[in-house]
Parts: sequence; structure tokens; C-alpha cells
Amino acid sequence: MAAFSAVKIPPPQFTTVRSSSQRPGSSPAHFAHSPSAFNSISFGSAKSVRSRPLFAVSSDVVSSDKTKPASSSASNPAVTREVALELYEDMVLGRAFEDMCAQMYYRGKMFGFVHLYNGQEAVSTGFIKLLNQSDKVVSTYRDHVHALSKGVPSREVMAELFGKATGCCRGQGGSMHMFSAAHNVLGGFAFIGEGIPVATGAAFSAKYHHEVLKQSKPEGLDVTLAFFGDGTCNNGQFFECLNMAQLWKLPIIFVVENNLWAIGMSHLRATSDPEIWKKGPAFGMPGVHVDGMDVLKVREVAQEAIARARRGEGPTLVECETYRFRGHSLADPDELRKPDEKAHYAARDPIIALKKYIIEHGLASESELKSIDKKIDDVVEDAVEFADSSPLPPRTQLLENVFADPKGFGIGPDGKYRCEDPLFTQGTAQV
Amino acid sequence: MASLQMAALLSAPSTPVPSDRVRLGALRLSASSSSTARNGGALVVRSEAKVSGGGASARGLSLITHAVAEKAAAASSADSKPGHELLLFEALREGLDEEMERDPTVCVMGEDVGHYGGSYKVTKGLATKYGDLRVLDTPIAENSFTGMGIGSAMTGLRPVVEGMNMGFLLLAYNQISNNCGMLHYTSGGQFKIPIVIRGPGGVGRQLGAEHSQRLESYFQSIPGLQMVACSTPYNAKGLMKAAIRSENPVVLFEHVLLYNLKERIPDEEYVLSLEEAEMVRPGEHVTILTYSRMRYHVMQAAKTLVNKGYDPEVIDIRSLKPFDLYTIGNSIKKTHRVLIVEECMRTGGIGASLRSAIIDNFWDYLDAPILCLSSQDVPTPYAGTLENWTVVQPEQIVAAVEQLCK
Repeated sequence: MAAFSAVKIPPPQFTTVRSSSQRPGSSPAHFAHSPSAFNSISFGSAKSVRSRPLFAVSSDVVSSDKTKPASSSASNPAVTREVALELYEDMVLGRAFEDMCAQMYYRGKMFGFVHLYNGQEAVSTGFIKLLNQSDKVVSTYRDHVHALSKGVPSREVMAELFGKATGCCRGQGGSMHMFSAAHNVLGGFAFIGEGIPVATGAAFSAKYHHEVLKQSKPEGLDVTLAFFGDGTCNNGQFFECLNMAQLWKLPIIFVVENNLWAIGMSHLRATSDPEIWKKGPAFGMPGVHVDGMDVLKVREVAQEAIARARRGEGPTLVECETYRFRGHSLADPDELRKPDEKAHYAARDPIIALKKYIIEHGLASESELKSIDKKIDDVVEDAVEFADSSPLPPRTQLLENVFADPKGFGIGPDGKYRCEDPLFTQGTAQV
Repeated sequence: MASLQMAALLSAPSTPVPSDRVRLGALRLSASSSSTARNGGALVVRSEAKVSGGGASARGLSLITHAVAEKAAAASSADSKPGHELLLFEALREGLDEEMERDPTVCVMGEDVGHYGGSYKVTKGLATKYGDLRVLDTPIAENSFTGMGIGSAMTGLRPVVEGMNMGFLLLAYNQISNNCGMLHYTSGGQFKIPIVIRGPGGVGRQLGAEHSQRLESYFQSIPGLQMVACSTPYNAKGLMKAAIRSENPVVLFEHVLLYNLKERIPDEEYVLSLEEAEMVRPGEHVTILTYSRMRYHVMQAAKTLVNKGYDPEVIDIRSLKPFDLYTIGNSIKKTHRVLIVEECMRTGGIGASLRSAIIDNFWDYLDAPILCLSSQDVPTPYAGTLENWTVVQPEQIVAAVEQLCK
């Protein structure tokens, strides 16, 4: 399906063919109620590639719930109150944090390339809130919110952005390299695609711990989520890892945050077949397309994919149709995207949508949600104060952490390891 | 102590020579915190390298007919000698096998490492012993499976990634430079990457340009990476073990033409220091710094040089990054003349870095400019004659020493 053929995907203004909720006549499996949708996908070797079923699965939790009478949807919410509020709070945190980043950047508190996540919160929240502490998240340069959703304290992320010694990476990583061993956030990568093999390795490690080291857990394998964008899906590392992950049935989920733009390159101009979810079945794994502006739909898909991975059934490719409300980075003038496109997605703001859902289903009141907003504002303010008042890294920190074992700096002329030299640890030795 | 003496013998000229020629100074078991192995059973060979300046001069002593280490003790029957004889690729395998036995998180990843046993048989038999997951046959995707090794290293495993030929690792350069070298730093020390990246490299016998690359220079600038080059079965096994046990990412350079070298190595377990150089032949007149295959060209030239009355000190630097400035410095302080013989290209190679490190640290001790013999800055040609002229040959080494010692 080439991008320019007539029978194709129209420009993504208002009606995207790829979103199954707007595609009349299509019959994707409603897998909110058919959890066997994944299992029913067969990849029998006898079938030719053409006859391999391609499933575009999009859960229609909110809109058209075919197995339940329409009138009962208002009184049968898909999530409990607790979960709804958790999701709401997480998305609001993501949004408020990123908005504060923009402010701080323009005030000269953070520098370099800062890539904000505004608009995509449903993907991060929808997936990461289902994970355990020992599950892993691997991201790209647009990683602040992934780190926050996984549990890294806002203070640590903000201090890292300010380049302070109290940052989660001691100020050595910055915006594009958020790591947390405590919360299993494995980065933060500046070059697109280079995190995917690392994520594949983390998934391999989970399988190895289970099969070789016999350290099994009752809940199943530890799952790794690899987040990346549409531009990355044209990169070799993506395809190489889809192959290896399926070959060894690794517990990994490839989450594509398709926001249609790679800086100024439209996905349609860069990709011969823009339907990314289809690339999963090409490697033998399920490919799922989901409305990434709807946190409940994302969560539904995520639940299934994570359960599959935990059971050892292998990887899933999930394409989330989403959008970034701001430019690629704070340095991007964002001149190429059309106002109608932006307006279309702004109308599908995931936070507003969830708020509406919560209130319509009586899960919480307007004032409760407002108090969550206020709480988050306080958290973000506190993070800024903490970052502001934290110290900058001292000179002595420069050579620390180059090597896990500092003997790697070698033996000096005096016969001692360089790292034993007191001047070295003060940061003043000549290296 | 028997094994230490064995270690000393193996590194020195093998024909009967006065014992003071073989003295390597105080070889000391290093039980301090600077030792590589904390395991009580392992032997860490860390030499103080205090070579005695006195003793009989080498000039005019018996002709050295066998300067090359691996022909040591050929005449005696094998049974009477301690240790066991094996080829270099077997020594690598032995080291790898011992480490995999000792630590279940050690695993191997690479093309044809499993069922095929490795293109140079370094991993032969390991898949049968440890299973297909611990000795993983990967698809042909160097960048991604190296990245996979890095991801596993960050999450508790100790992978050994094999590049079927080191040149293939160029495809993994993104992962090696960006992730392998960097992640410990950019994560503020939260994740360590105890990975070993190894494979055969160097100029072989008419393998063509792409299979005959000299990659030491390409990797040496990457911060956060350690590089070692093995050259004998003894140091191959010791360095393999040390690299696996190291918490740092280590690139272990093997050479295509050295895999069939035979040597007798100790039966006892031993682990070498990654950062130390190896004294191959103590001497007085000139310091020759070399590594990997060029060590043998140097030792061959040393035969000729000794017959001409010179007494070269030959050091196999082994650690390409960082340099062992202690061993190197002590040698320069004694001889005042330095010749570097490397297989790397002239431009930006190991020799270039070594030269500047020596100038920075030992300028006052030099009586002559540092000579550096490197391979030509050409893609390795296929034709045998051209290939020979690409790398440094013993005649050039002899000529360089003669020039230095004028």
C-alpha cells in the first residue's frame, strides 16, 4: 500500500483510514471482549505470506461496544474509580511537567535539545501504569514522561534537566538520557532506533533469568516496553529486532508512538507502506493499531500484549496513533504541520477525553479532578524548587562513572593505578 | 611458584640461557585490592616488572636460534612438564568455558557461535554443554545483537559478543560507541555494561581488504571502553578470563593468523591483568613496543638483531587502551630509545597514541626520536606481494633498530 496510490490512506486530516473506529464496514476483532484475538492469529508455516491474516485490532471501549447494550455503557465503565484517577493523575503530571519544562527552557534553566511529550500522554500512561517495578521501559529522547510514569520522582527528572548533581543521572545524561536503575528505566537514547536493541537485550535477559538461571516469578516473565516513533520504523534496528524478538519469543512490546512527523518529515513522505502495525505479522507477531489519544483503549491493548509477553508467547507490535501538540523539540519552529491537523488532534486531547469519561460515568466529581490538578501543580513546583536549589556537579565528578571499574584508566608511570592517585579523585590529575 | 616460573619461561627465549637473562624481577602475587581476581583459587599475575639492570650483557652470548616463544621446550617429553599444551583458539575456549562454568550469567552471542562452534572454533562444543540460549546463534544483524548484548549486560548478564570477523563490528559501531562506551556515564553510574566484544581481526593471508581490517584505531577513542590484544595461548586465556570478569566493557582483539599457535600453559587457574603489558624479552639497547601478530615479526627480527650484537627489549603492550605506562616507562628509562611496531594504520593508530603518551610522560628520558613502524594506509590488497608490503616485515624492524641505535 504505497503512500501515493489512489486507494490509499488520505492525508491524515479528519478521517484516517487507519483508525478503525472511523472505518465503516471493517470488522476488526473487538478484543476488549475477545481476549483470544491474539491467540487466534495463526502463523502456520504452511500458509504463504499473503494469506497470513493481518489483524488491525482496535478496542472500541468507549464508542461502540457491540456486546453490551448501548444504554448500559454509561453505567458500566471500563475501569474502576481508583484506576481512572490513577490514570488521570499520571497524564496530568506528564502534561504539567512538560509545560513547566517549556517555561524553564525559555527562562534559561535547561538547555540543549528538549523534546516534549504534550499530547501523547495516553500512550505512556496507558502502557506503563500496567507494569510492575521489575518490568523495564526503554525510550527515546522524548523520555521525560516515560520516566515519570514509571515512577521516577519529578524532582530527580527536573534536576537532571537543570543539569544538577541531584538529577537521576547526576546531571550527566540530560533530557535525552533519563535512566533509573531503581525504577528500571533503561534510557533515554538520542539516536533513534538505538534503544530498540537494548530493549531486546533486556527482554532476552528476562527470558534467560527464567530459563537458564531458573529465577522464575509467579506472575511470569518480566516485560520490556520499547517506545519509539514513526520515523524509527524505517530504521534497520527496528526490523532486526522484530525478527530476533519473535525468533526467540522475547517478552517485549514494541510500542510505536506514531505522531505522523519525524521533525519535519511527514510519515507519509518517508514510508512506502505507512501502516506500521502490518509490519508485525510480516515477522510473525501480532500487529495492533490503536487510537493513541484514548488512554482506555491503549490500556486495553497493553493489557493483552503484556499478558502475552508474561506468558512467554512472545512480542507484540502496537502502533499508537497519537500526536504531539508541540514541535519536535523546543527549537523546532513547527512550520510544516497544518493548523487543521493540529486542531483535529487538539480536539482529541487525551486528558480532556478521560476527564469527560470520568465525569460521565460518575467515577469522580469535577472538584476531585481539580484537586488532583492542584496537587500535580504543587508537585511540579516543588520539583522546580528542588532543582533550582540543587548544586551543580563539581569538577571532581567529571571522571567518575566513565568506567564501572576505574582501573580502566590504567597504570600510571609510577606503577600505581591512576585511580589510586589522590589528584585523580580530586579531578585535577592529568589524564 | 612452579606456575610462575613457567610463566616466566614461556615469555623468554627458550634455548638454554643464563638464568639471569630470564629474571623478570619480582613477580608478586597481588592479593591487594588492585588484583583482578578476588577468587582465592585464581592466580593473578601482576608483575612489578623491575627488570634488573645488572647481570651479564647480552652481547656476544650464545646465538639465539629460537626467539619465538611458542617453540619453547620442544625437545622434552610432554609428560615431564607441568601444564598442558594447546593451541591459541583452544586457550580462548578454555578461558571462556571456565568462566561460563563459574558464573551462569556469562553467555555468548554471535553468528555461528553455537551449532557451528564459531568460525575459528573458539566456541566449539560450548552450545552442547551450555545450551542454545547461553551460546546464542544470532541472525546476521551485528548492530542489533551487539545492542542486545548491551541491554542484557545492563540487566544482569555478562555477554561475550563475537564478531565473526572484527570488521563486521563496524556495523555495530553505533552500539559500541554510543551505548557500550557511554551508558555507564550518561546514566550517572546506575548501569554497568560488563560486556566482552571479541573476534578475529588483522591482516591474514590474502583475505581481501574487508576481511583484513585493523580496527584498533577505530575503537580506541571511545571513552569508557577498554581494549586488549592477545598474542599467545597463555595471555589469550588469561585476558579472556579477565575481560569477562571485568565490570567494564572490553574489546578483545584476536588475530586471524595466531589461532593455531601452540604453547604449554599452566593447569592451575590464572587470570591476567587487563591493564598490564607483558615483558617478552628483557634487553638494554632499545625498547620495542608491539602487540598481537607483530610481536612475532619483532621476535624474528630480534634473532637477527641479537646476532648482530644488539640487545632489544621487547614489550608486548597487550593493553591497547589504557597503556601500561609503568612497564613502558621503566623500559624507556633504561634504554632511552623507542621503536613501536604495530599492525595498525599509520594515521591515528595505536602507535600514534602511544608516541604522544610517551612524549608526554617520558620526554626527558629519550635519546632519539620515537620511531613507529605501522602498516600502510591502504586497504589491504589481495595480491600476496602487495599484502606483505602492507604490513611491517622483520627486515624493516631490523633496519629501524639499526637506525635508532646509530
